[in-house]
Amino acid sequence: MASAATSRFDPTRILLYALLGVLAVLFLMPVYVMLDNSFKTLDEIRGGNLMALPHDWTIAPWTAAWSTAQIGVQPTGLKPYFTNSFLLVVPAVAISTLIGALNGYILTQFKFRGADLLFAAMLFSVFMPFQIVLIPMARTLGLLGIAGTIKGLVFVNVVYGIGFTTLFFRNYYAAFPGELIRSARMDGAGFFGVLWRILLPNSAPIVVVTVIWQFTNIWNEFLFGASFSNYKSYPLTVALNNLVNSSTGVKEYNVHFAGAFIAAIPTLVVYLVSGKYFVRGLMAGSVKG
Amino acid sequence: MRAGILPKLLISPSVLLVLVSVYGFIMFTIYLSFTGSTLLPSYSWAGTASYHRLFGLENWDVSLHNLVVFATLYILVAGVLGLALAILIDQQVRGEGLFRSVFLYPMALSLIVTGTAWKWLLDPGVGLEHSLHDLGWESFGFDWIKDGDMAIYCVVIAAVWQTTGFVMALFLAGLRGVDSEVVNAARIDGARPWQVYWRVIIPQLGPMFVSAFVILAHMAIKSYDLVIALTNGGPGRSTWLPSVFMYQYTFTRNEMSVGAASAVLMLGAISIVVLPYLVGEYRKAKNG
Amino acid sequence: MASLDLAHVKKSFGNVQILHDISINLQDGEFLVLVGPSGCGKSTLMNIIAGLEEPTGGEVRLDGRDITQVAPADRNVSMVFQSYALYPNMTVAKNIEFPLEMRKVAKSVRDERVHAVAKLLQIEHLLQRKPRQLSGGQRQRVAIGRALAREPKLYLFDEPLSNLDAQLRVDMRTEIKKLHQRLKATIVYVTHDQIEAMTLANRIAVMNHGVLQQLGTPWEVYNRPANTFVAGFMGSPRMNLVKARLVSNEGALALEFREGGGEAVHFALPPDRVSPALAARAGQDVIAGLRPEAVTLNADGRPAGPGQCAVEARIEVIEPTGADTLVVVDLGGHEFTVRLEPDVVLAPGQRIRFLVELGKLVCFDATSGTRID
Repeated sequence: MASAATSRFDPTRILLYALLGVLAVLFLMPVYVMLDNSFKTLDEIRGGNLMALPHDWTIAPWTAAWSTAQIGVQPTGLKPYFTNSFLLVVPAVAISTLIGALNGYILTQFKFRGADLLFAAMLFSVFMPFQIVLIPMARTLGLLGIAGTIKGLVFVNVVYGIGFTTLFFRNYYAAFPGELIRSARMDGAGFFGVLWRILLPNSAPIVVVTVIWQFTNIWNEFLFGASFSNYKSYPLTVALNNLVNSSTGVKEYNVHFAGAFIAAIPTLVVYLVSGKYFVRGLMAGSVKG
Repeated sequence: MRAGILPKLLISPSVLLVLVSVYGFIMFTIYLSFTGSTLLPSYSWAGTASYHRLFGLENWDVSLHNLVVFATLYILVAGVLGLALAILIDQQVRGEGLFRSVFLYPMALSLIVTGTAWKWLLDPGVGLEHSLHDLGWESFGFDWIKDGDMAIYCVVIAAVWQTTGFVMALFLAGLRGVDSEVVNAARIDGARPWQVYWRVIIPQLGPMFVSAFVILAHMAIKSYDLVIALTNGGPGRSTWLPSVFMYQYTFTRNEMSVGAASAVLMLGAISIVVLPYLVGEYRKAKNG
Repeated sequence: MASLDLAHVKKSFGNVQILHDISINLQDGEFLVLVGPSGCGKSTLMNIIAGLEEPTGGEVRLDGRDITQVAPADRNVSMVFQSYALYPNMTVAKNIEFPLEMRKVAKSVRDERVHAVAKLLQIEHLLQRKPRQLSGGQRQRVAIGRALAREPKLYLFDEPLSNLDAQLRVDMRTEIKKLHQRLKATIVYVTHDQIEAMTLANRIAVMNHGVLQQLGTPWEVYNRPANTFVAGFMGSPRMNLVKARLVSNEGALALEFREGGGEAVHFALPPDRVSPALAARAGQDVIAGLRPEAVTLNADGRPAGPGQCAVEARIEVIEPTGADTLVVVDLGGHEFTVRLEPDVVLAPGQRIRFLVELGKLVCFDATSGTRID
């Protein structure tokens, strides 16, 4: 906004950078603390200062968090639950994205009564508090025979992810140049022809945004995981919470931190790599309805 | 193009799923709240008995009170801080991308991770208080997380840290959408930088404020993961929120209809915030 | 009102030089138009005068005061933007009032000014509306009103008519001219439309690629363009710029137009029409510049009068515009446009005779394009 300052030593600019710097440090602090203390021994944490670098570096907390820590009644570490999350996320993201693309296509390229109402109805599922569906969903999963399984979690996450993915694709396809589709139709492309040949090949940006959004949300999801899984099928977030909130025994902060970091790495990596696509996903849900 | 049978057929699974698993389930839960269900659903009508019971419970009062405190502070602090960050970053800073990444990354983390990190950071025995004692500042006290009256503020702190980056991104997009010629006009008209923001730019951010409010409010009402990870509702029940109440009463205390009633009220609260916004957006979309 | 001095103003972004050594002195009450094609630097220069950008070198003085480093808010300058830049969240009245508010003028005085300005621009009935409820022309007036409210020392207009439709543009052009006469204001006006430049300006500054090509009155710029760029830019249809050779023909000089091995056409130049500089180039190529209207049809074949030369050429294309007839003729292999009366009856392929007003002939150096005086 201000015209480019000719002097780098302008006091307002210095204040600006200082302020931003302090805030940046404050924002980075929790992750720094987590990482830093995950390499310390328990004695060092208890004896010393949370901010200091480790005196005696050790990766024992990490190995413990991964393979030996007590999660509930099992001393298996987070590894099996990391796998569970992975087995949950991949199909859930794939299926919900595909459905979203299909729905977005149908809602924007075809006129039928109630299309807008349908979209609004789907949109509401994005906002509602999921507590309201816990009870009937628990019963339904039981009836379908997938209660307490990863399949069940995939089902739940797909069902409640359709709202978002449809939103993303619908907005994207609404802005898609109509002439391309019209000329494809004149060339004889049918329902699937338009989808496979015209829309999907040009949907890379929104597919990336949707996948990143769904991946982040489903990987980080807790409520459904806590409500619909058992000790065999816990996703990573539930396992982590069990690890940290175990009320008995010695609080192994370093293991907790290592565990939290293990849970955070996939989504952090995706965030760092995807940059603007991550932001686009955030904005898509909020700016344009 | 008019919809033939194929598109309608292909969208019906989604329609069905949404109809059943969203609206159908909502109806089910609403119905349950008018029964006397305890461990398992019972379908005999009990009128508003569960609601009466709900309003009489101290746990619910605590949850409600906490929600009001939490939501208000959360929305205000995240909103103001997010706007401030957006304005700072809008000043053509070098390394803007880096700063934005730093403020936004908490959004990529699970609330369980956030809760875990802040839980020990704020713990007097091992976190901030302990560290500052270790550095020599003996008299420093920060045991809010262990203090029944103050623990809810710890939840605010962690939640603000998580979401401020998002609010910043929202306002930054808004700031960048303001016509630069209008800003130039204000500069020539004699407005000092702060006046340009206050009189010209921020008033144009109206829609952003609304979006931010709706999203923050609905996140506040839904907050569950963070509380569980940070304080597990404690100390005691001092950080219970309606979401925690619902889970506890439904699954742990075997008072399903009371839990259902609390869920219905949560839905009501979110609807009040979200529906006007959605209707507004729907109308805008219809009018082109 | 005030005088404006630009002294050796330069602007570059990194390695790219946007403005090269611009120096202009504007008198109090003068209307200066900066004109040139897109990218010529006129908007950058405008921004520098306004204080929205800082020059890399040189000075800007307003009424003798050096304002090169002064913030836009303190320059006592008003600007009307191409997109009007009205404050969307304020009513028309508040828009016009805003600069006065920023100057901490008393409320009663502000209200008076707003009404006076609104009356002048005939927008009193719009005072309580918001910008989005106004048409383009109405927003234009509000933008001008906001600029007038403050009675600054200098007015800047940045392509204010570009976003209006053609008829409205012509009407508003006249309004702006009347405003200038009434207020006797010092105005710097940017446009890419050379007709606006010609009709509004006291003086025109023609710019291209960040270089000031010519600074002069409309008459000077039109009739004595400094180089082929100015010659081709100003005037519509453009001035004919044709390569010719200065030949010696029986002791007198003539311009010979011959392209390829074809038939040649000559413009005989009487000695009193040939300047020393031109004479010195006998035998060389020059670029001859002549405006289409500087010829008259010579159907009767009268001989050339003093200051004229007689020419005969074959018609290639005839374009009737309604107000006149543009005829493209073949001048020794070059295309040459002449403007004739609207009602002439001619046919392509026909040979016509016309008389050239040599007083309007301008010659340019064949390599540099600069005018040969």
